[in-house]
This record gives sequence, C-alpha cells and structure tokens, in this order.
Amino acid sequence: MTRYTSATQDDRQEMLDAIGVGSVDDLFAQIPEPLRLGRPLALPNGLGEAEVHGRLAALAERNADAEAEVCFVGAGMYDHYVPAIVDAITQRSEFLTPYTPYQPEISQGGLQAMFEFQTAMSELTGLPVSNAGLYEGPSSVASAGYLAMGATKRNRFVISRGVHPHSRETLATYSVGYGAEVVEVGLEGGVTDAAALAEAVDGETAAVFLQSPNFLGAVEDVEALGAAAKEHGALLVVACDPMTLGILKPPGECGADIALGEGQPLGNRLDFGGPSFGFFCATEEQIRRMPGRIAGETEDVDGRRGFVLALQTREQHIRREKATNNICTAQALNALGAMVHLAWLGRQGFRELGELLVRRTAYARERLGAVDGVRLLHEAPVAREFAVRLDAPVGKVLDRVAERGIAAGYPLGREYPEYEDGVLVAITERRTKAQIDELAEVLGAAVAAERVEFVAQSETNSTVGEGAG
Amino acid sequence: MALTETPMQAERAQTIFEKSKPGRRAGALPPAEVPEKPLAELIPEKLLRTEPPRLPEIAEPEIVRHYNRLSRRNFDLDSGFYPLGSCTMKHNPRLNERVAALPGNARLHPAQDPRRAQGALELMWLLQASLSEICGLPHVSLQPSAGSHGELAGLLLTRAYHADRGEERTKVLAPDTSHGTNPASVTMAGYEVVKVATNERGGVEMDDLRAKIDENPDAVACLMLTNPNTLGVFDENIAEIASLIHAACGTLYYDGANLNAVMGRSRPGDMGFDIVHVNLHKSFSQPHGGGGPGAGPIAVSDRIEPYLPRPQVVRREGSNGHGPSFVLDHERPKSIGRLRGFQGNFGVFVRSVAYILSLGGDGLSEASDTAVLNANYLKVRLAEGRAGERLPIAFDRHCMHEFVLSGKPMKRELGLATLDLAKRLLDFGFHPPTVYFPLLVDEALMVEPTETETKESLDAFAEAVERILAEAEEDPDLAKNAPYTTPVRRLDEVRATRNPVVRQQL
Repeated sequence: MTRYTSATQDDRQEMLDAIGVGSVDDLFAQIPEPLRLGRPLALPNGLGEAEVHGRLAALAERNADAEAEVCFVGAGMYDHYVPAIVDAITQRSEFLTPYTPYQPEISQGGLQAMFEFQTAMSELTGLPVSNAGLYEGPSSVASAGYLAMGATKRNRFVISRGVHPHSRETLATYSVGYGAEVVEVGLEGGVTDAAALAEAVDGETAAVFLQSPNFLGAVEDVEALGAAAKEHGALLVVACDPMTLGILKPPGECGADIALGEGQPLGNRLDFGGPSFGFFCATEEQIRRMPGRIAGETEDVDGRRGFVLALQTREQHIRREKATNNICTAQALNALGAMVHLAWLGRQGFRELGELLVRRTAYARERLGAVDGVRLLHEAPVAREFAVRLDAPVGKVLDRVAERGIAAGYPLGREYPEYEDGVLVAITERRTKAQIDELAEVLGAAVAAERVEFVAQSETNSTVGEGAG
Repeated sequence: MALTETPMQAERAQTIFEKSKPGRRAGALPPAEVPEKPLAELIPEKLLRTEPPRLPEIAEPEIVRHYNRLSRRNFDLDSGFYPLGSCTMKHNPRLNERVAALPGNARLHPAQDPRRAQGALELMWLLQASLSEICGLPHVSLQPSAGSHGELAGLLLTRAYHADRGEERTKVLAPDTSHGTNPASVTMAGYEVVKVATNERGGVEMDDLRAKIDENPDAVACLMLTNPNTLGVFDENIAEIASLIHAACGTLYYDGANLNAVMGRSRPGDMGFDIVHVNLHKSFSQPHGGGGPGAGPIAVSDRIEPYLPRPQVVRREGSNGHGPSFVLDHERPKSIGRLRGFQGNFGVFVRSVAYILSLGGDGLSEASDTAVLNANYLKVRLAEGRAGERLPIAFDRHCMHEFVLSGKPMKRELGLATLDLAKRLLDFGFHPPTVYFPLLVDEALMVEPTETETKESLDAFAEAVERILAEAEEDPDLAKNAPYTTPVRRLDEVRATRNPVVRQQL
C-alpha cells in the first residue's frame, strides 16, 4: 500500500469478493497476454517523503536562481516580486484541487475569479472581451492566427520581427498545420519597419502581428503601424507585456482586434518557464470565435447572481471538430494568481509600478550606454527592457559577469544573428539602483577584460595567419 | 423540500471591483531611487495611456477575505469524492507543492544558461526517462502544455513524418467515443476527421475501421485512440488495429488521458502506438487548479523522433572524471519547431517527478491496480438495487479505471435526466461523474473513482445514488429542482451563451 492509497488487504479482498474475481490480475485479463508488461517497471523503488524532498532539493541547489544571483534576464518572463497573498490564496485546496468548473453550482468561487480576471484583463488591454486564459504567451499568438483565419477566411500572416522569437516560431509551427503562410517584416532602428510592413500587407492577409514593447524592448507605434492592417481588412493582433499596460496606451485604443501576451509577470513565478498563462482579449465581434474558457454572469432559478462557463458552444467538448480551438485544460490557477496580484497592486499601485519600471529602465539604459565598450542597440523609447551591443564576445562577457553573481541579460545571437553582439537587459521593481550601478561596473570590467583577450587572440591569429601565408 | 436560504446563499455574490473604494490600496512599491522624470520625457506622449486601468482599490485584509470567501464557494478534491470520468481526480500530494516552490525551481529564469540550470535539466531528463519507460517508447518531449497541446503536437509530427516521405495525407481516424479534443486538434492540424464506429464490446468496430482505411489507404495520416477508451474498456483488438494502420503507413496516436488504468501493466508502445501524450495533471498528480495548469508531454517511437519539437533536453556523458551534463539541443533540423515559449511547464514536471519518486515503479503499478479495483468495485455496487435497474452499465464487462452508465431507463421510468441526478448528488456532498459523455451512450454518466479513494467513499457514493433513486420514485421533482444546498442553485446557462456578459461594467 503506497501512502496515497487506502485500500488495506481486507478492503481488497472484500472488493474482489464483491466483484467476483480471485485477484486484480483477473481484471487485467482483458489485456491480451502479449501486450501485458509482465515485469515491474524499470524505475527505482518509491522513497519516503523526506527522501524525495532531499533528492529534489539537491537538484534545485544546482540551479542558479534569481535568489542566488541578481537577475537582469527578461525576454518574456521577469523576476517580479510575487506578493505573499498570491501563494496563500492559490495554495488553498478550494482553488488548487478542483477540475474545470463543469458543475457551476459548486464552482462559483473559481468562476467568479475568472470573471474578475476577465474584467481586469479587459481593463488592461482596452478591449471588451477577455477569456479566462490560455497556456502561455507564444501559443496564444498561434491561437490568434487560427482565429484570424476563421474570421477573415484568409490564410496569410504578416508578423514583425519585433515579436518574440518563440511566438514567431510557434506561429510558424502551427501554420504548417492549419495551412497558413507567414511573412516576416524586419526592424529598422529597433522598431518595426513601417514601410516594409505596409508593403507586406495585402488583401489576402488574415492578420498582422505586432508586439509592444517589442522583443528588443522598444515601444512600437501600434496605431500607426496598424493602419496597414485596417486598410486591407486584416485583423490587428498585438502582443503586449501586461506590466507596461499601466502606462502605455492600451492596444484596444490603438486599433487592435486582439491583444494577448505572456501573463507570467502578473502573479506568477519564473518556474523555469512555466506554468504561467496567456491572456487573450478581443473586440465584441470576435467573441464567438474566442479560444479557451470564458466565464459569464447569469442568475440561478431563484434570481441569485451567479457565474457559469459561457459560450461553451465554441468549445471542443461540445463542438468537437468544429470547435474554435482544441484547448481544454488551461491555466485557471495561474490566472487567479494574476488577479490577486493585480488587486494587491490596485489601480494606483499598478500605474506606479509602470512608472517605476520606465524610470529605472531609463536610468539603467543611460548608465550602461555610458560604459566603455557598451553601446545602445537602438534609440527607440523603451519601458522595461532595452538592448545593448558589446565590443567583446557576448558569451564570454556574460560568463565573467555571472562569476560576480549577476545574470546580465539575454544574449540575442541565437535568434537575431544580425545582433550577435547584442544583449537584452530587463528591469523589474526588484532591481535596485545599487544593483544597476553594480551591473554597469561589472559589465564594463568584463567587456574590458574580454576586449584585451580578444585583441590578444586576434593578434595571435593574424600572426599564425601570416606565418601560414 | 423547504426552500430556506442557506447562509451562503443569502450572501449575494459581489465582485472585488464592487468592493473597491478610491484611495485604498494593498501593495507598496519601493522608492524609485532614480531621477523621477515625467514619463512624457521618456516615452512620446502619443504612446502613453491617459487613464490607468480601473483595477480594484482595496486593502490586503479585504483581498484575503474576498478570495477566502470565494474559495468557500468551490467544491474541491480535498473536500470530497470527485469521480469525474476521464479526469483522474486523484490526491494531490502537498510534498509536490513544497518542492516545486523551492527557490531553485520557482525562481529559476527559463533563459538561464543551461550550465547554471543543471539541476532543472537533469530533472527534466529524469522525467523524460521515466515517461519513456512507462509508455514503452524511446523518446520524450516535455514541451506540450496540456493533453490537447500534445494531440496537436502528435498530429504535426504525423504531418512532418509523412511530408518527409514525400506524402501529404488528409484524413485522421478517431472512434466516435473519442474525447472532444481529438477532433478539435485534428481540424487545427489541417486534417479531416473520419469517425470510426464502436462495436458491441465497446471497442473499435473492426469492419468499419477496415472500410474507412480501404476507402483510400494513402489518405490515412493517423488513427487517434484512447486505450482503455472512454467507455473504460480495453480494446482487445489493439494489435490488429495497429497492424492495419501501419500497413496503410499511418501513425497510431495514443490519447493518454486514461493512462492511469495501465501503468506498469501494459505500455502504449508495446501496443503499437507511435505517439503518446501523457496528462501529468491526471496520472501524475499535478493539481487541476480549477482548470489548469497541466502538462501534456509526448513519448514517440524512433521513426517520429527526428521531428520532435525543439529544444530537447539531452544528456551528455561526462569525461575526465566529470559526471554527465545536460544540454538544451536546439539544432534539430527536421523538428516541427516550437509549440510554445521556453521549455514547457517545468513546475508541473517537478511535481510529477516528486510523485514518480514517491511511488516508484511498484507504486505506480499499484496505483493503476487499485484504480481498476476501485472502479470495478463501484461498478458492482452500482449494479445492485435501484441503480442496477435505472442506471445500467453501458457495456457489461469488467472495466478498467472507469465505467459508463446509461441514465436512459431512469429518464424513461422516473422522468429524471442524468443532469438531474448529477445536480441532486451535489446536495449529498459529491461531485457528480462526467455527464453526457461519451456521446455514444444515452444519458451517459462516466465514473472514475481513482486509486486514492477509500472503500468507504465508494460505498457512500453508491448509497447516495440509491437514495436519490428511491426518493425520485416518491417525488421526482426533488431531483429535478436540485440542488438546494449549494451556494447558488441551478443556473441559467443558456442566457450566458445567448447574451454573454463576460466582464463587469465599471
């Protein structure tokens, strides 16, 4: 008997007797003999609770987390402070352990929390309709593509190179399935090339995808860029960072048909990438094409206010192959965490946080930009993240900085070969002025050291080269 | 029944926005410490927001009270029996929550240099290896975020596999008993669904399968199957099914929603499946969270491996006395690409590894054995008395981890729909089984007790069903108007679809 089962030998015997079989093996007799495993699983024996904790704690020790080092890495997920009440509330059994609220009479807590979350996300994005959350950011972008194809009966997407590389790649992966063409538009001075975008959008375009702030941290002029989408009847899909929506003009006021994004900064820990949630908001026109669960307000037979899953006729468990999306299990608990965090920040706090991010980011950018061997990658306005270029090999510089207990940023080289010398630096309210000053100092020293090394190496190489010639 | 309002019913729902009052707040932010320039000096005014979003203004004590109050309006697994078919509502060990919350896991940035995230990558590798052994397939990708995401991955892998062989196939076969996500994923992946009929034993109707394949074998991309299926029975013809699909060069996809029935007893890979998704939130104890998060890793055969999503966690053997190391392999030229950001729902992986380490190989088998024992026992209990008459089992044979009853006689004889029975069960403190699924069974009730329930719980549930049927013989309206004791009573779901109100007007 494992510690999570209760059946004693007596229980088992009584149950077997009631069933009328001699052993549990008889119940598995319906599996044809050649398909039975016939041996124990080749996995270690079970461990006690303390031993499991010990083993996993030892593994966790081998990770340099944001408590062990100062984290300036962002790229879509950020080291924000998650208030204690988020843990307290999301760890309550009543929120942690139920299934999707198929029985609304006994799921009012979860359903109302979804309704509140939808209201909050609608406020943030300036669009009237929000769902209760999707898996995470990049797959939400792909879901928007599927929606746009259904809405426009077109199958061509135009996407800015400023959209998160994971989102672009996910959209491309999905597009192979649902049969869409993806056209990418480049960046100019850190922001989407407006002329190239206008040229790329045509009457066959189902959707135009932008991100603001974009992956390089630049705040895009969504309204101006979106005009091309409007002109050709394509949907305008805008990915955004929720933490900037207290100060940046909401996508809904910039003409967006869909606003979505990675929700992690709101009430969710880093968790090495998940679980978090994706948010997804749209115009009224798209409500019946939305992916995911949506809570709606209604009344019970006695006229009491209540909440249910609304518009279930869009969903896979009702519509099967005609569903607007295949999503079933989403991220209800993560969305609840976001709602609690937003309530904790409140109207004033949320705006103040946005201001704090912008000001500290401006300070950090100025400070780093002034370091010898460090240049700004672009001069476009930024909100909470910015990109720099280093005069020395990025990997080696980051290694040196890491030795001083700082994760300096996200190297751009893999996804932007044109910025092989680029690093993305992110700011949260946890990154103090002192930490920013230290980063500037350590980064400067690292670049200087690597530059010396680099020069020395090139000289060696050229000497070798000359010798060989 | 006297309709006195319970205290909770008397307390009308009020949202957190309605409790807001200007000037109140909870969280305090650190001082800026840097020059407090006007925003418009930093970002052009036209890109700035004029009015902050109307978030609630409320102090911490009232936020806590609000959500505690809401939580009491939820039924949950820790409060009682939750035999929701196909959902595997097994106990969620709290140890798993504790280890997932360790800073080394919870505060690890997903873009951390793999050299400084070796513990996390080793944990992922450990999970891959464990799932590979459990599924009987050599390769695993942890990337999909849920079962339906795994299905989509499997179909995109199928497409890539055929494309690599110079083929474009158009049809995906799925039984009429399949989960709704199956056909929805098929459409999203750009395929057409072809339904396959069910035979009198609850398995795939072989003649129909043959006919659907023979129609145009070159069009068959894949067959998606759940085994044991949604009727809770194991399809004995699976070996033949596999050979038919493989003869047509299609792939065989295993919907792992029902894996909890067969862990350590039988493996999808050995049954002939090429691609399997595993719902970590079902068989591997990740809490369901009221609708997520979950995770839907996939295990695949050698021929599918080249197309797996990237990046992939790979173990490199150490040299010069160094131990093994773990890397994220992005260089996978035939990969279908990414399905999401970063590496997947790592927090879910931690919980699943904790669960697998806790149970071990033997414990996992015992979990499945007990799940099957509990299901068969409850099935027998519900075959007695009134339930046996009014709620006959849809396919009368030993079941696996779940079984399906039909409320057709109950409806005909007592005028009680399955929905009425479900709602009345709420008054008895039980979460009802899954209702009206699978579609094949009239007035279906799909019951999955899981291994973590006691015999006493199963008995109590059977007795509650018996009592409800008995009282319905006297007064069917009692169930038809149920529930009475829940925070709200039966809700108008039609209205929420016809005139959806999906946010609060402020």
